[in-house]
Amino acid sequence: MTSLLLASHHPGGLWEILSGLRAHEAWMMLTAAACAVACAVPGCFLLLRRLSMLGDAIAHAILPGLALAFLITGSRDVLPMLIGAAAVGMLTVVLSGGLSRLANVAEDAAMGVVFTTLFALGVLLISKAAENVDLDASCVLYGVIELVPFDTVSVLGLDVPRGLPTLAIVAVVNITLAILFWKELKLTAFDAGLATTMGISAAVVHYGLMGVVAGTAVASFEAVGSVLVIAMLVAPPAAAHLLTDRLGRMVVLSVLLAIVAAVLGFVLALWLETSVAGMMAFVAAVQVAIAALCGPRHGVLAKALRLWALSRRIAREDILGTLYRAQEAATPHPQPPPAATRGLSGRLAWAGLRWRRWVRHEGGGWILTPAAMPHAERIIASHRLWESFLAESLELPPSHLHDPSERTEHFIPPEVEAELRRRFEGRTDPQGKPIP
Amino acid sequence: MSEFPAVRPMDELLRLITLQDYNTRVVLLGAAALGAAAGAVGAFAVLRRRALAGDALAHASLPGVCVAFLVLGERSLPILLLGALVFASLGAATLALLRRFTRLKEDAALGVVLAGYFGLGVALLRHIQNSPTGQQAGLETFVFGHAATMVRSDAMLIAIVAIAAAGVLVLLYKELKLLCFDREFSASLGRPVLVLDLALLALIAVVTVVGLPAAGVVLMAALLIIPAAAARFWTQRLGLMLILSAVFGVIAGIVGVGASALVPDLSTGPSITLAAAAIFVISVFLAPQRGMIIAALRRRRLSQRIGVQNLLRDLFELDETAARESVVAPRPWPMAEVALKRARDSDELERSARRALARGLVARDGDHLSLTPQGQHEARRLVRAHRLWELYLIEQARIAPDHVDRDADEIEHLLSEDDLDRLERRLAELGRAELGRAVEGLPVSPHQLRSPAGGAS
Repeated sequence: MTSLLLASHHPGGLWEILSGLRAHEAWMMLTAAACAVACAVPGCFLLLRRLSMLGDAIAHAILPGLALAFLITGSRDVLPMLIGAAAVGMLTVVLSGGLSRLANVAEDAAMGVVFTTLFALGVLLISKAAENVDLDASCVLYGVIELVPFDTVSVLGLDVPRGLPTLAIVAVVNITLAILFWKELKLTAFDAGLATTMGISAAVVHYGLMGVVAGTAVASFEAVGSVLVIAMLVAPPAAAHLLTDRLGRMVVLSVLLAIVAAVLGFVLALWLETSVAGMMAFVAAVQVAIAALCGPRHGVLAKALRLWALSRRIAREDILGTLYRAQEAATPHPQPPPAATRGLSGRLAWAGLRWRRWVRHEGGGWILTPAAMPHAERIIASHRLWESFLAESLELPPSHLHDPSERTEHFIPPEVEAELRRRFEGRTDPQGKPIP
Repeated sequence: MSEFPAVRPMDELLRLITLQDYNTRVVLLGAAALGAAAGAVGAFAVLRRRALAGDALAHASLPGVCVAFLVLGERSLPILLLGALVFASLGAATLALLRRFTRLKEDAALGVVLAGYFGLGVALLRHIQNSPTGQQAGLETFVFGHAATMVRSDAMLIAIVAIAAAGVLVLLYKELKLLCFDREFSASLGRPVLVLDLALLALIAVVTVVGLPAAGVVLMAALLIIPAAAARFWTQRLGLMLILSAVFGVIAGIVGVGASALVPDLSTGPSITLAAAAIFVISVFLAPQRGMIIAALRRRRLSQRIGVQNLLRDLFELDETAARESVVAPRPWPMAEVALKRARDSDELERSARRALARGLVARDGDHLSLTPQGQHEARRLVRAHRLWELYLIEQARIAPDHVDRDADEIEHLLSEDDLDRLERRLAELGRAELGRAVEGLPVSPHQLRSPAGGAS
């Protein structure tokens, strides 16, 4: 039914969808975005506490709470259902915590035992209850965000989806709580011991956070389904965690990423005529993949580029060192030095040196030009100073000096070099060669 | 839900037990094989702290089911399972890559894999359901599971996979054991830990995928985790845990399917899960070593013993101090006087006194207590343990004499005669003066003992 609704409006491509966005679709998107923001904020702290899967557990455990509330009250009133769901959500936290503390079950196993059992109970109870009511396990799982716009309430004279004010309030409350208890959340996440000595009860903060997660999951499930809750609790914080090292930036980033995932997922879902919640979750996970690849400090690409730049620098310095020694011994190097042909980095380094005109073929061999001399001298100095240091301070035999120095020469910072220079002022290296 | 026509429950029970119904036989066999495989593989998953990997990979396999259906255009279980396996493996690979190359921890990596793949799966599923052929494909049974539709070939497939998984587990037993208990050591021995981790994930994926049609996404995770977590309570040995976990899985499978066949509207997935959960609850409370009831009893017995032993030592030291300071002590000692020796409430003292009385360690005269000869003997042993430990702490840990009383209080109940003899020899070698002034083999206390109030002169 939902697909019919959407499909009939949008026969065209992506742009037609964007330009032809109907009011009810805009409401849908706003609702999803509010849910995404509400989940992303507590999700950051779950991630830092390594409890991300607890969101998954709570989101599943909501099912029996709903069913119980329904079986007890016999109606689909919202309030008892919310209370039932939140109660069972907290029960999940308490039971799995208790199992791991009192009965010594590993934390993840305890969580797995508790939430699968509760979920099984939930499916059972729902199939009991479903005979006379429209309450469906798949509804809880996937949500019926497509139906959000048809269940409206009037706020300030505007017909808005019933889910929106709830989720907007939850989002604002979650952000406010995060700001109010910033110090406590931060301290207990990074150093629970220190927090305790400062008089902050780690247990109170823990259960408070769990309460927020359970409340958020419960407020969201009806509108958007568990899948989206789980995704937004984990994925935007994970992506933000890969992009920054500062907690404040991480929370802000995860909120932004959550909004982007909600909007993008929504548009894609309209375009491909498919599940909105599913698409949003998928986009959020793709964001993590992109962050993992392209993150500035911790990204795979950034790390690879840094390593590659380092290997080119080492190749360049090795070439300079080899040619300097050849010139020093007055034995010209007819071939390029071995470091220049070792791998792509070596070849690139060699090409760079020739392009900069630091090396020249002259008199039957490769020599360094005056422009290269200061750089070559620096690397040779590093090498010989380190050899001197190893020989004098560590009393290594002469045969053990070259290899470690060949590695360390690339990594001696200027202060250390200056210090070593002061110490070996006016002396030669252990082999009797001058230190440039 | 039930495949049976409405007949009287007893008849149905009889039919079930005697395996008259062909369908029930098939489903029981399949569920038992699934339980065995999931139990055995789950044992390693739980020990490797990968308990929730089954959950994540089960969710991750959903897009595979959908893609296989879209490619094939019809519902053919082996192909759907193949698709599921491909995507579960992709999920496992993503998980391993995220762990290896990013700083995301296990929980976040699992959550991202679960949410991303499952989101994609839900989107594809909706896409299929929107198409005319997709309406009756019934792919959503993969999410919730429905073992009652199992046919012979499904059960055979599960059985074959179970046997194969068991074979792989036997082959990799030693490697996986080392991986689970000490990954770093395993790596230092040159074992390919990343490959082994992937192998374990692959096993989890395979078992999860064949179980999907029967148990469904969420409840497949239950079959992997719960029997293993239950088995952990009964033994400290890996081999036994593996077997127990598989056995629990089989029991859960059989009981779950049986209950589901008997009770209308009880689908197999939840029923199997709840059967497993029942085994878990029994294990939590009743297991002989790690069970909570036994542990609670053991703790209680220990605290009772400590209560009695504290009382004996208190009485002994009161006697000793009174004798040394030659006060005319009001022996036997009034309870109020004994109570002053340490922080404990009067009920606790009363209970300890009654227990000591029952064992003939103290004599009681109204409100007054004194040690019997047997109590004297026992108390002397405790005081010796207490003081030797105090001296040892002063000598070896350089703790000030007025700080050792509390530490010795805790350890005195646990020291064996052998320990004491060794301690005494060691302290004698070090020449502690207190040993030299020992009275009848009992060293004097290195710190001030409280004088009895009654006759302080």
